[in-house]
This record gives sequence, C-alpha cells and structure tokens, in this order.
Amino acid sequence: MTALNPAGWRPEMNVAGGADDNATFTGNRALMLEEALIFEIGSTETTGVDFDEAAPAADMGALARTAPIGLPGLAESETVRHYTRLSRQNYAIDLGLFPLGSCTMKHNPRLNEKVARMPGFADAHPLQPQETVQGAYAVIHELAEWLITLTGMHSVAMSPKAGAHGELCGILCIKAALEARGEDRRVILVPESAHGTNPATAAFAGFTVEDIPATAEGRVDLAALKARLGPDVAGVMVTNPNTCGLFERDMKAISDAVHAAGGYVYCDGANFNAIVGRVRPGDLGVDAMHINLHKTFSTPHGGGGPGSGPVVLSAALAPFAPLPFVTKQADGGFRLIEEENAGEDHPQTFGRMTAFHGQMGMFTRALTYILSHGADGLKQVAEDAVLNANYMLRSLEDVLDAPFAASGPCMHEALFSDKGLAEGFSTLDVAKGLIDEGYHPMTVYFPLVVHGAMLVEPTETESKAALDQFIGALRSIALRAKNGDPMLKSAPHFAPRARLDETLAARKPVLAWEG
Amino acid sequence: MPRYYTEEHEWLDVDGDVATVGITDFAQGQLGDIVFVEVPDTGAELTAGGDAAVVESVKAASDVYAPVDGTVTEGNGQLEEDPALVNSDPEGEGWFFRMTLSDKSQLDALMNAAAYKAFCDDL
Repeated sequence: MTALNPAGWRPEMNVAGGADDNATFTGNRALMLEEALIFEIGSTETTGVDFDEAAPAADMGALARTAPIGLPGLAESETVRHYTRLSRQNYAIDLGLFPLGSCTMKHNPRLNEKVARMPGFADAHPLQPQETVQGAYAVIHELAEWLITLTGMHSVAMSPKAGAHGELCGILCIKAALEARGEDRRVILVPESAHGTNPATAAFAGFTVEDIPATAEGRVDLAALKARLGPDVAGVMVTNPNTCGLFERDMKAISDAVHAAGGYVYCDGANFNAIVGRVRPGDLGVDAMHINLHKTFSTPHGGGGPGSGPVVLSAALAPFAPLPFVTKQADGGFRLIEEENAGEDHPQTFGRMTAFHGQMGMFTRALTYILSHGADGLKQVAEDAVLNANYMLRSLEDVLDAPFAASGPCMHEALFSDKGLAEGFSTLDVAKGLIDEGYHPMTVYFPLVVHGAMLVEPTETESKAALDQFIGALRSIALRAKNGDPMLKSAPHFAPRARLDETLAARKPVLAWEG
Repeated sequence: MPRYYTEEHEWLDVDGDVATVGITDFAQGQLGDIVFVEVPDTGAELTAGGDAAVVESVKAASDVYAPVDGTVTEGNGQLEEDPALVNSDPEGEGWFFRMTLSDKSQLDALMNAAAYKAFCDDL
C-alpha cells in the first residue's frame, strides 16, 4: 500500500520535515487524524450493504450497464467516519474568524435555523393550493415590505435565486423598459471598481460592455463616465460599496447624469450589509439593485449553499418585474400573480426567471434575522461591520500597504496590496502563512485594480478579542514576508498537506480516481 | 522585422501584411503561471481594442485585445496543449495568433521597444 500522505506535513515529521522519534504507527497524532481517499478505504470489489443480485434492467435497452460501476464499497459506519474525519480537517465559521467575509460566510444565528425548520415553512410545496400556504405567502410579503422600506425603492422582485441572477433580473427589466420606449440602446457602462459578475451579466443579456476607469482613490471616475454617456448607453452597473471596500460618494451625481442621458442605473447591492439602515439606495437614484439575502441578512452560504437575490426596483422599472410574485389583497389574504392572471395587474412583465416563488428557506431566515435585529439592530449591523473593517485597516496599515488608506474610512472590508514585501515574496505566501496560524486565508488577487490584492472582511459579529488575535497573526506574517523569512515561502507547515502545486493542478487536473 | 508594443502589453512582429501577436514578458510576469489560453479561430475578424484571446493564470483570467484591425490567419494551437510556453518564451514560441493588417497606419500609434520599456518602468 502506498503512503497515505505522500505530500505534506505528517504527524511523524517535525516542522523542518526531518524524521522524528515520536512517529505513530497509524500516522495519526491524537485527535489529528490522517485519512486516506475513499477509494483506498473501500475496494471496488466489495460492498458494504447486503442487497440481492439486481435483475437485469429489461427496459433500459442499450443503456443497461454491462460492466461493474467501479465505486468503492463501504459500510455505513465506514462512510460516516470517512466524511466526519475529513470534516475535521476543514475550517469553518463556527471554528473562528473567516476573513473571506460575508460573501462566503458570516455568523448565522441559530434562531434562523429553528424558524426555517418549522414544518409549515420547511414542508410547504410550491404547488400546494394557495389557501393552504397563506402563512408562507405572508412571510414573503412581509420580507418584501422590509426590503422596500430599507432601500427606499418602489417594489421588489423576490424570485431571483442569488446575486448574479438578481443582476440578470435587473438588467432584463432595463432591457424591457427600453423596448417599451422603442429605443435601441446597446451599451452598458461598468466601472473598474464593480464586481466581475456585472460585465458578465450585461454581456449575457446581449449588451456591449464598456469599462469606466477608477480614480486614484479607488472610486468611479465621474468625469469619464459623464463623457461616455449618450443615446447608445442603456445604463450603468455600479457596485456600491465597491470592490475596493469604498462607498461611491458620487452615486447621486452618477444617477442624475445617467438619467439625464436617458439611461438606467443598476446598483450591485451585494455589499448592502455595509450600509443597511444607514443609506437608502432609492435616495441615490438607483433604478434596480439586488440584495444578497444570504449575505446581508445571514443564512449559510459558504461552500455553495443556496443564495437568494431579490431585486428592488424603481417606479420606472417596476412594471417589467418577473413573474410570479405574491400580492396582498383587500381582504388581507395573499394571492400569487402568474401568467394566467398577470394580464390585469402586470401586463408588461418580461417573463419568468424561476419555476416558483423564490428561495423560501432563505426568505424565512432573512425575515427572522430582520425581525430579531429590528430596525435599530440592522443599523448597528452595518455600523459594526464598518467599524471592525476600519479597525483591521488601521491596525495593519503600518505593516501591509493599504493603497486606499488615504481615501477615507473603508466600508465593510479592508484592502491591502503586496507592495513592500521582500523580493520574491507574494500575496500567496501571506495567505499560506495564515493557514499555519489556524485561519482560512482572506480573498487574494481580487480586486484586480490592486496589485497582489488582499481583501479582509471581518464581518460585524467578531469581538475585539477575535479581531486582535487575527491582526496579531497577520502582522506577524506580514513582518516575516517583509523580512524574507524563507520558512514562509514553503508554508503551510502544519496543515494536513504541504503547499499544493496549484499550477500543475490547473494545467493537468486529475478529476477521476486512477486506481 | 519591426516589433511593436501596445499599452495592453502585447507585442506584434510585422512581416509584410501579416503580424504575429503575443503578450510581453512583462505581462506574463504579472499574470504568473499561465494555465489556459484560448486563441481566436482562423478567419475571425478583429477590431483594434476588441477581444481577441483569453489568457488564464493561477491568479486571474484576462482578455487579450486585438492591437489593430484585421483577420486571423492562424492561432497557436500549441498553447492549448502547453500554455506554459507563454511563461517560458512569451515573445517567441508563446505567440498567440497571426493576423492580416487592414490598415497599416494603425501601427504608427503603437510603441517601439524603447518606448515600451519606458512605459513599463513608469507602472
């Protein structure tokens, strides 16, 4: 049998990689458990369950399998142990500060989970008769009211399933509005400080994307934007707060200029968690903005969990919102507006983006988060998120280059660059060093406008003690990188695997088990 | 054979009415290890400043822009198998595509080696 851990730190090794007299027989070291691949544990020749020989599938024709499937056969106990042991090598928000921030995972209050699991919500089916799911409709409607109030907008489309889906919804509303006006505007302007999904969305919807440069302080170049406006411009997509972690102070001026030129303003509201309760995008002239419920209003999103991206709309775009949606009737009951009954209320809709009403599990969690925080609590969420990020920025700017430190306070995330690290040392080395310190690394090499970017978002729930510990760890690594500590170049040293060859993995990926 | 450079960090070797286009050594150094390259199809019509190719490194995916107007005559098929050529020999074996030149006067707006070096030194 080959070595279980061919690369990387092994429990019998000391830090420098030499032999150690304390090697164990199993390769485990107390609670740090070594784990083989599932194919190495269970043979493809065995099975962990006691089924009768399956009869040949008479109705499968040429599709019937003739050769063994080649999956490892494990007993239930072996399977459970395998994945549980692997999970212990993972990092999680429930283990410590996660500097990737709310985009991936922030603390998810357990109350959300309790409410989402209530059978009336969890077991509701979208095709149930409407009179039997009035409670679920009430949740959707109440959440919609909150989102409209918090953003100062006219209405909201609840069905989009995540941020980029919400972007598409907003851009399709803009497209429908232009068609209704009989205008053929083909260009969407996207500033450099916008999220990468923005140009992708505009291109997907059939628009031509043109970049607008950023100023030296990391914000939209208003003069360049104004100079490009004209009768061919359908609108602009601005991320606010932007990917440099800065608030776009000229947002109202941007909106006024775009409106004067006949275009619409899409705001990427993924970072709404930094301004919720403090700023109403409706006051800034925004026509459409998605809200990541799974970010601003918690819910577990890390690892690709479900998202939800409702889009708030201005009065100008509201008539084009997608189906279906829930409305409240005069008698207090709720009704779903779909294709059959949209004609009377909503004839200009651009159509349907989803089979059903939206991401119900996210709706219950978001409304729980909103109601448990209240209006004052939501305001404090934004304030604490911004305070924590600024504490991070000002505690590290003397050891890590902060390119926009002079641009004023940051919003919910602090941005650093690789400037000033020793020759041959990079952002990647800093990130790998954080793994040895017991943290998941921060976002690296994004945004692209900053060389060797490191983007740290602590989120609002971290205590000062937790922030101080992370700052201490990152300061220590930054100083090692500035002083050219060769040990940092080969970090991580304490992880279950050594630094992996990411280039080889990308160039020659091995995606299937080759026994 | 004159060599021209763009502010988008591409080089062009002009031979008669055909130019060979690639990204500069400076560009590959900034991108890091290249893991994927998509070159344009033969016959593709390119417009100066428009998207021509895609280059992906361990850090980021970037567009490569057409330096001038013209039609693609050949893409470097070797890059599909061996994208690392862009790192090892960016201004030689790691070329991206060849194209005709619709308007040779567009070359006047590009930089020579000395001007490009000064441009990079300023970054």
